[in-house]
Amino acid sequence: MNKKKSIFQLLTEKPWEKDQIEADNQHQGQTVNLSKQKLGLRTIMAASTVLFSLFIVAYSDRMLISDWKNMPEPWLLWLNTSILIISSLVFHKTTKYAQNDIFDKTKNGLYFVGFLAYSFLIGQLIVWYQLMNTGHYATTNVANAFFYLFTTIHGLHIVGGIYFWGKTTSKFIKRSLKKEEINNLIDTCAVYWHFLLAVWIVLFGLMLSS
Amino acid sequence: MSDEYEHKLEAKSDYTTDASSVSAPEIDSVPEAELPDQELYHSHSWWTTYVFSQDAKYIGIQYALTAVGTGLLGLVLSWLMRIQLAFPGLGWLDPAAYYQFVTMHGMIMVVYLLTALFLGGFGNLLIPLMCGARDMAFPYVNMLSYWAFVVAVVVLLASFFVPGGPTGAGWTLYPPQAITAGTPGSDMGIILMLVSLILFVAGFTMGGLNYIITVLQLRARGMTLMRLPLTIWGIFTATVLAMFAFPALLVGCLMMTLDSLLGTSFFMPAMVSLGETLTHEGGSPILFQHLFWFFGHPEVYIVALPAFGIVSDLLSVHSRKTIFGYRMMVWAIVGIGALSFFVWAHHMYVSGMNPWFGFFFATTTLIIAVPTAIKVYNWILTLWRGNIQLSLPMLFSLGFIVTFLNGGLTGLFLGNVTVDVPLSDTYFVVAHFHMVMGIAPILVIFGAIYHWYPLITGRMMNETLGKIHFWITFIGSYAIYFPMHYQGFVGVPRRYFEIYDSPYIDTSTLLLNKFITIAVLIVGAAQLLFLYNLITSARLGKKSEKNPWKANSLEWQTPQMPPEHGNWGKELPKVYRWPYDFSVPGAKEDYIPQNQPPSEIIGAKVEKT
Repeated sequence: MNKKKSIFQLLTEKPWEKDQIEADNQHQGQTVNLSKQKLGLRTIMAASTVLFSLFIVAYSDRMLISDWKNMPEPWLLWLNTSILIISSLVFHKTTKYAQNDIFDKTKNGLYFVGFLAYSFLIGQLIVWYQLMNTGHYATTNVANAFFYLFTTIHGLHIVGGIYFWGKTTSKFIKRSLKKEEINNLIDTCAVYWHFLLAVWIVLFGLMLSS
Repeated sequence: MSDEYEHKLEAKSDYTTDASSVSAPEIDSVPEAELPDQELYHSHSWWTTYVFSQDAKYIGIQYALTAVGTGLLGLVLSWLMRIQLAFPGLGWLDPAAYYQFVTMHGMIMVVYLLTALFLGGFGNLLIPLMCGARDMAFPYVNMLSYWAFVVAVVVLLASFFVPGGPTGAGWTLYPPQAITAGTPGSDMGIILMLVSLILFVAGFTMGGLNYIITVLQLRARGMTLMRLPLTIWGIFTATVLAMFAFPALLVGCLMMTLDSLLGTSFFMPAMVSLGETLTHEGGSPILFQHLFWFFGHPEVYIVALPAFGIVSDLLSVHSRKTIFGYRMMVWAIVGIGALSFFVWAHHMYVSGMNPWFGFFFATTTLIIAVPTAIKVYNWILTLWRGNIQLSLPMLFSLGFIVTFLNGGLTGLFLGNVTVDVPLSDTYFVVAHFHMVMGIAPILVIFGAIYHWYPLITGRMMNETLGKIHFWITFIGSYAIYFPMHYQGFVGVPRRYFEIYDSPYIDTSTLLLNKFITIAVLIVGAAQLLFLYNLITSARLGKKSEKNPWKANSLEWQTPQMPPEHGNWGKELPKVYRWPYDFSVPGAKEDYIPQNQPPSEIIGAKVEKT
């Protein structure tokens, strides 16, 4: 297939020259050797990274103003973080099972990942409940407002992930796709899980360190 | 063509592809397809064919019609504002209505008309066809994208009917003004505006994902990136910009929604409103400005880059000449896209900033003029000694070059901090941005519609009506915006809902305001003529031949015209060259389509540009 080229190489091709014409006629029409789901996920992850970075910039800027009061750090957040880490690890393991064609273990792995994702969301809601019970509303201080905002946006990303996890799992159980196709979907979901873990660790670290 | 030029062509023969010594099957051969053909969704009912369509061509048309419909409202709003400005004594509008119309006009034109039309409309129509794909990568997501846009438009229009009316905070929606009592629409109107923008961003992200993946991964065999028409380069780069810029708008909108609904203090400082101390404290309004313009400036190029790309193709096709400096054009598009993220604070020179900060942004702003100027030179050099056809698309493209140059030059003034400070908040700024990102892209849109209309309907638009439309629009826009430059120089402030005779306002201003308003009404009426042409030509227009402009790019080479579902019949096209082989010496026709095999054009010499 087409050799890997850097963006610079791609942009300096001279499409009108004889050698280039011959090389170009061999081209298969794909720029990178990735499935459209995987490349699509990368595009979405790039956009999400920009989104979260801008939130972080806004957070850091707003922090400097004197009315800022740090929020308490409920211990439950540590539990939720470890749930997310475990779900990422399980998902990684599941992709290996899927590659080796072990149907039962893959199925159980997928179910467990879903269970952990739901537990994480419920855990986050309990944290909200605890905070509100102790009088830390979004209006009390902007630090709390940022916490609610971050957890909501991150949670919505997880909900989106659960939607695609559900579609993938049902396709896997119905065995309606070829092996490479279903593995491609499982891998794509797993990458998204790792991404959301990374985002959460950055956000959590930011809130801990400030 | 002079003898000397012929002679030079002969001397260049070492660059030519002389295929005469090879047999046809051999030179036509391309490797077998390694990638499976795309699976297509086939609709089963009227609803899934015409309403919830998953065919990118239909979605493109749906996007375009919705955008144009919304844009018409923006046009009518501009009439109402201009009548108020010309006849301040009449009491036509009260201040609140004036500000609401200004705000809605700005937001509709920039986001809901231009962005949606260029990326949603032309992007959906042209990307699969020009790349040689059967459809977008994710047709279902593409459909969701359009319907999210529809809901966004509905929410936006709903704000006209809520208590307090739509927001009147200006299209920049600066807090604390936007959500403080006293600004029109500060409770319901602004919320609907923010929600509508959030929906738009969500919908756009789904569409943008499709455009990026389709351009990168679903091209026809032989279609390398550097063989893509510049239209696709423009739309693709603009989409990448949008994917990075819209999150900033989303962050700003979300946080302001919370400030308004829940009473948080992201952007709202401690303040006293109507004698009452508000509960907000410590928020940073300037933070919103940074977020807004980090979106807002790339937004200018999200609109401009597709226009650049489309106009390059129109100029090349209608002057029967290779685009001058193809690679440089691609680099300029990519370069402008990258630079556009480093200039945002030039919209904030008068917001108060460190002088060095202003210096930095003035410098980057002037640097961005370099690739832009390269593009203008290349367009002119494409026309140089071309076989210029004064068809409608060409007329509009020529109009674009002049108008864009005009608006660009005033940008050089405003990009400098010291010059900007006295000019900012005057009509000079209004004239500048309407020239550069209002009239210029709209001229390209008209040119593109006249150009691609036969591809959609199989009929040509009426030429005479089109010419009347062009001349009124072109001369009329100068009648509108040239006087505004002058008004800016004599210091007429923008955003005033009435300007009447006073020691501070030049008498000529009042006269010019009447003149501009008359021009606005005439130019607006000419757009109705265009709409009439657009609608009636679909039924009554002259039947178009298959490739009416004799263009090379793939969208005209489909087995049927207009292209059917799946675009390419049984077999996907194979691409052998870039789309700019016009007037090739030795060729039978003056154009060689991208998918014509080399054996059919033996003897044609491909010249180096």
